[in-house]
Amino acid sequence: MSAQEAFTADAMQYAPQLFSTALRMTRNRSDAEDLVQETYIKGWRSFHTFQEGTNLRAWLFRIMTNTYINKYNAQKRKGTEVELDDIEELFLYKRLGSIDQSQLSSSAEDQMLELFTDDEVKNAIESLPEDFRIPVLLSDVDGFSYKEISEMLEIPMGTVMSRLHRGRKAMQKMLYEYARERGLIVEPVTIEGTGE
Amino acid sequence: MPNCQETLKELELFLDSELPNARIEEIMVHLTGCTDCQGAFEFHAELRAIVRAKAKRDHLPDGFTDRLLACFEPQTDPD
Repeated sequence: MSAQEAFTADAMQYAPQLFSTALRMTRNRSDAEDLVQETYIKGWRSFHTFQEGTNLRAWLFRIMTNTYINKYNAQKRKGTEVELDDIEELFLYKRLGSIDQSQLSSSAEDQMLELFTDDEVKNAIESLPEDFRIPVLLSDVDGFSYKEISEMLEIPMGTVMSRLHRGRKAMQKMLYEYARERGLIVEPVTIEGTGE
Repeated sequence: MPNCQETLKELELFLDSELPNARIEEIMVHLTGCTDCQGAFEFHAELRAIVRAKAKRDHLPDGFTDRLLACFEPQTDPD
């Protein structure tokens, strides 16, 4: 196998992962397909700059993240960074934890989590503002380190950590809303603004 | 050894495999003796596993692999 054939085979094995992440980034199938295609075209063009033995997967994700950011002009909007509401620590755990006390087995929380559908989990991620969505995707879904994410997004590690922290809490809050809408969690009734 | 507050503060770093080994050990010792913190760690580890599994289940569209393979047009070797 030539070096080019080996590169093609190696690179193609990451297509499903890249496509899933592209879908969560763009939130649109046709944009996601274009993004992955563009990633491979760029990767192939700069194939000669890729150093064998280094992390091809991280290299491809870096190309894809940069392409996405440049194409959609994401994160370029200086001074317009979206903020997230301040959400309580351990948001979901504290709420699902209370179920535990009502005589359910200690594995009830875990089973509870299994009840979330793929779409609910995907929507919870996709609902995050972009500045938070991309770090959460790269960490929680794709398993990259803080350092790798910091390099991909060209932001300091401390910023990666704080965006992950806030993004994850917002994602938990969204999952909690889904669970409540489906009646998986019954919350003590609080009535707000219904007295017309 | 870290107390509960310190342990919970490092929950994310722990799950992200971003702590030095010595710190991981200290946290493990705390978790062994503290069911409250253990519960929180197990919950978040499970949540992470579920997010990872469920956010990844997207099938490649029909014909997409061929479209991607077409990106790899033969190049003349610079050597």
